[in-house]
Amino acid sequence: MSRYIVIRILQAFLALIGITVLVFILVRASGDPTHLIITPTSTPEEIANLKKQLGLDKSYPEQFVVFITGLARGEFGDSIIKRKPAAEMIKEALPNTIKLGLPAFFIAMALALALGVLAAAKRDSIYDAGVKLVAVLGQALPGFWVAIMAMLLFSVRLRLLPVAGYGTLKHYVLPVGTMVFFLLPGMMRLVRSSMLDVLDAEYIKLARIKGLSETKIIWKHALRNALIGPLTTAGMIFASLITGAVITEIIFNWPGMGRLLVEAVAARDFPVVQAITMLVAAMVLGMNIIVDIAYAFVDPQIRYQKS
Amino acid sequence: MMRVQIEKRKAVAQPQKLNPPRRIQLLKNLTFYLPLLILTLLVFTAIFADLLAPHDPVAVSMPDRLLPPAFMKGGTPKYLLGTDQLGRDILSRMIYGSRISLSVSLAVIAITASIGTVMGIVAGYLGGATEALLMRITDISMAFPPMLLALLLAVVFGPGFWTVVLALSILGWAPYARLIRGETLKLRNADFVAQARINGASSLRIMVKHIFPNIVNSLIVVITMAVGMLILAEAALSFLGVGVPPPAPSWGYMVNEGRSVIDRAWWISTFPGIVIGLVVLSGNFLGDWIRDKLDPRLRQL
Repeated sequence: MSRYIVIRILQAFLALIGITVLVFILVRASGDPTHLIITPTSTPEEIANLKKQLGLDKSYPEQFVVFITGLARGEFGDSIIKRKPAAEMIKEALPNTIKLGLPAFFIAMALALALGVLAAAKRDSIYDAGVKLVAVLGQALPGFWVAIMAMLLFSVRLRLLPVAGYGTLKHYVLPVGTMVFFLLPGMMRLVRSSMLDVLDAEYIKLARIKGLSETKIIWKHALRNALIGPLTTAGMIFASLITGAVITEIIFNWPGMGRLLVEAVAARDFPVVQAITMLVAAMVLGMNIIVDIAYAFVDPQIRYQKS
Repeated sequence: MMRVQIEKRKAVAQPQKLNPPRRIQLLKNLTFYLPLLILTLLVFTAIFADLLAPHDPVAVSMPDRLLPPAFMKGGTPKYLLGTDQLGRDILSRMIYGSRISLSVSLAVIAITASIGTVMGIVAGYLGGATEALLMRITDISMAFPPMLLALLLAVVFGPGFWTVVLALSILGWAPYARLIRGETLKLRNADFVAQARINGASSLRIMVKHIFPNIVNSLIVVITMAVGMLILAEAALSFLGVGVPPPAPSWGYMVNEGRSVIDRAWWISTFPGIVIGLVVLSGNFLGDWIRDKLDPRLRQL
């Protein structure tokens, strides 16, 4: 068991190094960032000074050492556009994204559990059909379009909610709703299919024969086991959370990581893009380790097979 | 698996009862013919865009800007679905936009399916360290948020057709590799593979001549299911401004363009979004249908 965990952590560490090298190469391949800052009147001397200031006059191996030691100290370099540490910009933006993502995640999870279990327990009923319809539409309609349509209806036509921005509780309704739209269909489908598998098991039949109430069977016996399956797809959920955050923050002009990233991409501000990529990569790898370990604890088959 | 077998046995005993009512069968067929029709229309629209579009999709006409659709007050039959801020015809732009959606999806499918199939067969057949390494790369690729990588690549290479294709391909092969490996593992110990090995066939020959033909069905299923997902992903990237760059009329970018005038001209964002939804829905339905016909075991996907 502990050997299994150590191997997983080592693998994740190797992957992180791989991603670091990849990001370093990609960013250098993107061309000379000084072209973004210089004006037509800049003298070659000024350009040389600028390169020195940005550390671009050194050789690639030297730049890589600077890059790596910076990462270890939590320094990602300065934003080329804002002339301010990228780490500081992330520190300002991250809480806003969390304020959006956390409520959306919990709302989506509660809805996915309630609706997924309902659909599985009353299979082929009208509820099931409704849940399937929501899942099918949710996976086909573009989230950015749905958000704009919601904005058109609630903000422009009915004037119930603010169009965009950040501040009061009302500002949260549409962005959080959009994030839920990104998360819900996938989660709901997973809960439903995994619940259907469990309800087919022998021990559920035994519980029924024992005369337990259906409520107790579903919420106490079945649900607990049905939740193991979706656990492995936490990575997928995290990816849709990121996609959702990027698109939602752009549409509703929300000052979070997603908007920071897209703005940095548009301005080719590579230290910021690089910093966000590394941060998210580390988060993804860390989360995968946690999921692997949690899964090994929950499922003894994995625990014994690998150690 | 168990449930399927039991149902089959029942079907032999009392075939009459299990035949679904006519109207349900009709509805089932409709979920096949309607998506097929829509996708066929899409392909024809993309091929014959020059003949179908009433206007030049990028021709600016300032006097005609922000005209509503023909069915609304103030609209003219000249512009059936209205015009945008630059007086460009929405309908013509949507017709040409189908080319971008389809060509990006087809290019990505060709690349990801080839890479994924080779990786999957090699990993599944050779096993050992090769398999461990390839599958670890696959796992990491599947865990990495695709949107993030696409944005990073857009900074590196600048937005463009091949940047979008690369962004969607660079992680997109992983699900193919995982599935094909699973299928290969099942075939590896089959009698006909052992027979070929006894006859002295090389590993390469076995993989190409004996394993590959047997996984084609699964491959077709995954490919059809990917179409809708790719069209949606391409739209999201162009919405964020990292797709095929303007003035090329991509659907996602059109939705974005309408955002700033949503209070005055709802039609600019609305119509392209409806088309994206319709096409993706059709792709998903058709994918489900083909899966049920060719390989019902994949239903869990």
